[in-house]
Amino acid sequence: MKMKKVLGLALAAALSLSLVACGGGGNNNGGASSGGNTSNPPAGGSSSSSSAQQPTGGGTGEPITVGIINNDPNESGYRTANDAAMRAMFTEANGYKATFYNNNDAAQQIAEAQQMIQNEVDFLLLSPASTTGWDTVLKDAQDAGTQVILFDRMLEADESMYVAAVVSDMPAEGVTAVNWLADQGLEEYNIVHIQGLMGTDAQVGRTGALDEKVAAEANWNYVTQQTASWDEETARTITQSVIDSGKSFNVIYAENNGMARGAVAALDANGITHGKDGDVIVMGFDSDTWAMEAVLNGSWNYMGLCNPLQAETVDRIIKDLAAGNAPSQKIIYTPEQGFDAATITQADVDTYGT
Amino acid sequence: MSAPVKNPETQVRRPDEPLFKRLTRQQLFIPVAALALLVLFNLIADPSFFAVSINQNSLGNPVLSGNMVSVLDNASELVILSIGMTLVTASSGGQDISVGATMAIAGSVILRMVCGGQVTADTMQTPLILAVLAGVLATMLCGAFNGTLVAYFKIQPMVATLIMYTAGRSIAAWINNNQLPIINDLGFKYAGTFLPGVPVPTPIFITVLVILAFWLILKFTTLGLYTQSVGINANSSRLNGLDPKLIKLLTYVILGVCVALAGFIRVSRSGSINYSRMAENIEMDAILAVALGGNALSGGKFNIYGSILGAYVIQFLTTTLYKYDVPSTALPAYKAVVVILLVVLSAPVVREKLASMKKAPAKAAKEVS
Amino acid sequence: MQEGAVLEMRGICKYFPGVRALQDVDFTLREGEIHALMGENGAGKSTLIKVLTGVYPKDGGEVHIRGVEGAAVIRSPQDAQNAGISTVYQEITLCPNLTVAENMYIGRTKGAVTNWRRMNSGAGKILESLGIPASPRQQLGSCSIAVQQMVAIARAVDMECKVLILDEPTSSLDEQEVVKLFGLMRDLKAKGVGIIFVTHFLEQVYEVCDRITVLRDGQLVGEYVIEDLPRVQLVSKMLGKELDDMADIKGETGGVAISQEGAPVLEAQDLCSSAGIKPFDFSIRRGEVNGFTGLLGSGRSECVRAIFGADRVTGGHVKMDGQNVKIKKPLDAMKQGIGYLPEDRKGDGIVGDLSVRENIILAYQVMKGFFRPVSRAQAEAFADEYIKLLEIKTASSDTPIKSLSGGNQQKCILARWLLTDPTYLILDEPTRGIDIGTKIEIQKLVLKLASEGKSVTFISSEIDEMLRTCSRLIVMRDRKAVGELKGDDLTQTKIMATIAGGDEK
Repeated sequence: MKMKKVLGLALAAALSLSLVACGGGGNNNGGASSGGNTSNPPAGGSSSSSSAQQPTGGGTGEPITVGIINNDPNESGYRTANDAAMRAMFTEANGYKATFYNNNDAAQQIAEAQQMIQNEVDFLLLSPASTTGWDTVLKDAQDAGTQVILFDRMLEADESMYVAAVVSDMPAEGVTAVNWLADQGLEEYNIVHIQGLMGTDAQVGRTGALDEKVAAEANWNYVTQQTASWDEETARTITQSVIDSGKSFNVIYAENNGMARGAVAALDANGITHGKDGDVIVMGFDSDTWAMEAVLNGSWNYMGLCNPLQAETVDRIIKDLAAGNAPSQKIIYTPEQGFDAATITQADVDTYGT
Repeated sequence: MSAPVKNPETQVRRPDEPLFKRLTRQQLFIPVAALALLVLFNLIADPSFFAVSINQNSLGNPVLSGNMVSVLDNASELVILSIGMTLVTASSGGQDISVGATMAIAGSVILRMVCGGQVTADTMQTPLILAVLAGVLATMLCGAFNGTLVAYFKIQPMVATLIMYTAGRSIAAWINNNQLPIINDLGFKYAGTFLPGVPVPTPIFITVLVILAFWLILKFTTLGLYTQSVGINANSSRLNGLDPKLIKLLTYVILGVCVALAGFIRVSRSGSINYSRMAENIEMDAILAVALGGNALSGGKFNIYGSILGAYVIQFLTTTLYKYDVPSTALPAYKAVVVILLVVLSAPVVREKLASMKKAPAKAAKEVS
Repeated sequence: MQEGAVLEMRGICKYFPGVRALQDVDFTLREGEIHALMGENGAGKSTLIKVLTGVYPKDGGEVHIRGVEGAAVIRSPQDAQNAGISTVYQEITLCPNLTVAENMYIGRTKGAVTNWRRMNSGAGKILESLGIPASPRQQLGSCSIAVQQMVAIARAVDMECKVLILDEPTSSLDEQEVVKLFGLMRDLKAKGVGIIFVTHFLEQVYEVCDRITVLRDGQLVGEYVIEDLPRVQLVSKMLGKELDDMADIKGETGGVAISQEGAPVLEAQDLCSSAGIKPFDFSIRRGEVNGFTGLLGSGRSECVRAIFGADRVTGGHVKMDGQNVKIKKPLDAMKQGIGYLPEDRKGDGIVGDLSVRENIILAYQVMKGFFRPVSRAQAEAFADEYIKLLEIKTASSDTPIKSLSGGNQQKCILARWLLTDPTYLILDEPTRGIDIGTKIEIQKLVLKLASEGKSVTFISSEIDEMLRTCSRLIVMRDRKAVGELKGDDLTQTKIMATIAGGDEK
């Protein structure tokens, strides 16, 4: 019996490991939601081969070593695009020797970051899962001469502790969207507000501007304000529930595209028209191609772009630093904009859709 | 044995018990009482809750809408899961906590097949039936994996299924190549929305069919007796010719089928999947439904109709809370209150107290007369 | 309280749904006496004990204990223990995954810190003084059932009680262990402890007890000094009917069924199993009743388990009616028409939460197959038939089997196998922990089955029971078949000699 138990555990362990390995190896895109994993690009005889490939921007013969700590790519479509872009950019062909690590657990991220600093990477690229707890890591990095660049997410630390931060300006996204909505000139705004996972940067930023506006304007009202935690199905249920209760509304303000899609499903099921020529204005966020197409064909009215492709900007900063030029500002916002069904073009979809 | 002697004790009848006690003894007492409470609350607070109307959907089909329709519709996945969960609970005395993750696997397999590997597809690339069968097969395999760990390697169900719980969504991501596929074919969405010309949401029909199927299975096979017997005393069952391990495994595989159907309904509602968020925490609701149905989570005797009722009660509660704009972040707290009440009510100490409370006045009356 | 009494119970009542378990029962225990509590199964012995020890709340009556003013309030086993009442139950209620010493001290250590060394050495001393072959550090579950039982007694003894309750303590002990236990009981008696002794073994009652209280159907029949109550009268008082002698059954059935002729129904050669028995040969003829005998742990149960495929068979050949058959699991055996009533009724026999009806049809249903369920009406008919035939005392066929008394549970298991209409029935300790009336019924049933042409293997710890029913005995010693006795050799002395080992005698 004991033997069986041991076997069982071994089998289980082996299976879960192999699964993680599949998740990482099968698509060149590491990261199991729990364990996290580190994957190195195939390093073929380190210095000799890489000296053949000169970094495009930098002047040194050695590849630049970077440690990249990101969240789990399975978290959302946004994160998937973000992670994929990072992996596509930091390759040997582009003059980098990169180590990737994906995990949604800050403690695991911190442990891995410390490991990377010990390995003396040149740059530590960090998308922290939590805003606090990074003081030691940043200090150690400074002592070891590792330069830290934050991407996508901020953390609480003095600006001197990192060389740059490339982030999305979530509050600005909220403001842009709310201003757009105000420009629509409705007599009354009865809003179904579907929030993201409470407490996340994106949720706080996108909710803030709307909350202010609703509090300030007499003709702006919430019909309901509920979190669907980024889940499409929950968003559908919430919207359906509003419809079932017979409350009337003319705006769906969903804090990401998936939830907007869920809300639209509920509208469709009840024959409520929406979009450019419809009764209800539909608004979403992020950068999914399908959502931009929905705006393009007039089924939705607005999508606030949240650009997940920070890799290019980060690359530029590193190359500049290697050439001896410090970035002009510490915090660099990725260009964000809103797309209106009236003005969006196929070119926009092709450029920004992910 | 000698000639049968008329034995007075074999004719003993249960003495007349107070109605209240007889009611509370019923297994379905808790879910029915909870349902009645919810209905009563809604009747008093706002009777329009029960209003049902016929609208045209965006395709021009007449469809029923209203809170009650939503409750029946939205509870579908949970009801189907709770049936499988009841069997697993009964046979192995533990729960499968990986059903949410394996639902994501089923959904991913189905979507990947109908999308033919593309991120967005406008028409189905694979016949729907094939895709669904593949989904069923995938989750049956997951169930077999869980069941093997539980039955043959004697690992605690919660621990054994923790593996799938942790790995399931990564497997789903791998199946979908880390993309979030979307199918725009209306035919695909029939199962999750409405069939053309039918005003009742299709998930309700699927759920009724599944319940009917299980009714037939329990009537025309010995699954119920075997599952309970194995769950109560595996040794005795083995000495009566049963194979307890095989039966435990079987219940996990059956749960796998339920998971696939639930996953199918879920992805056909929208024609897309977000495997890291899809059906999050549904395993907890499914377990709660089993408990709410008056089934012991330690296994043994079960009543699937109790679990089904429990699942509808949970959805009823959710919908009610939505109606009164209770933040959905607060939903788990309300469910926790239900769990606490449930646990306390089913505790032997409280049951005895309740029984004696009702008995005391009766006794006093007797003494007076 | 009466002079010299340590415990008095007056007018005790206890009701369960549908059953009056106790009605106005009085019981008095004096200092330094061993008092037998007798009665058939379901007479209320266990209930009375459980009321006394606070397991069940009583519905009426008073309990007085020496040293406690007024009526004693006992709401929990802890209260009982504090009042000086210690209990050793029929079913072992210790924790098998703790060590022997931990089991002896569990719930008794004061404060949060445990002195493990002192606990182990203390336990070691007690075990040694009682001659119990167990190490304090051993896991209890690794001891034999007999040793577990003795550890339970050691635990109770160590608690310096005024009242010691032994509920069927001897049912899993062999002869030497019983002698040891009796020695222990006499020691305690000399120290002034009052002992309540619940047992089914009449011989044991007359060996150690001073007084007997008889219960029947939840009511008090009477209290007797042992010298005033001959065995026959005791039995008739327990049964509530006049009974000449226990040997009666031989007269009724015309003696032991003997069938020495005819081809064997089952033949086994060099059979052995994973349970560690030495390969043995075995055969049984149509209409024959034979048995395995030997001390506890000698391998008699393991032999029949190997025949039924309950343990993994590791070698040997089996023939049914001359045909080679493979019996690898119980279902194979059942398909060959073999039924098996296991030794451990609670662990291997009943399916506790299921109803009497479901328990009765279980084996029949399994043989019938997964896709052919027995209809509710048919199941009810079967259950009612056997409830009537075997006089099973139950409120209805819907009652969970676990709420029945031990003897009635055993009858349900018997019914389960009779329903499958077996050609060969193995009964392993069917009479253990069962009242005398049921014992006789079961023995009669065995002989009746044999006369109908069925073959039965009967195992019992009570040799006279075996002598009454079996025509051939296989004697086991140290997991090995050491002899076969039949005909004139079937005497108590001969059997004892073979069990003990022929060479030494």
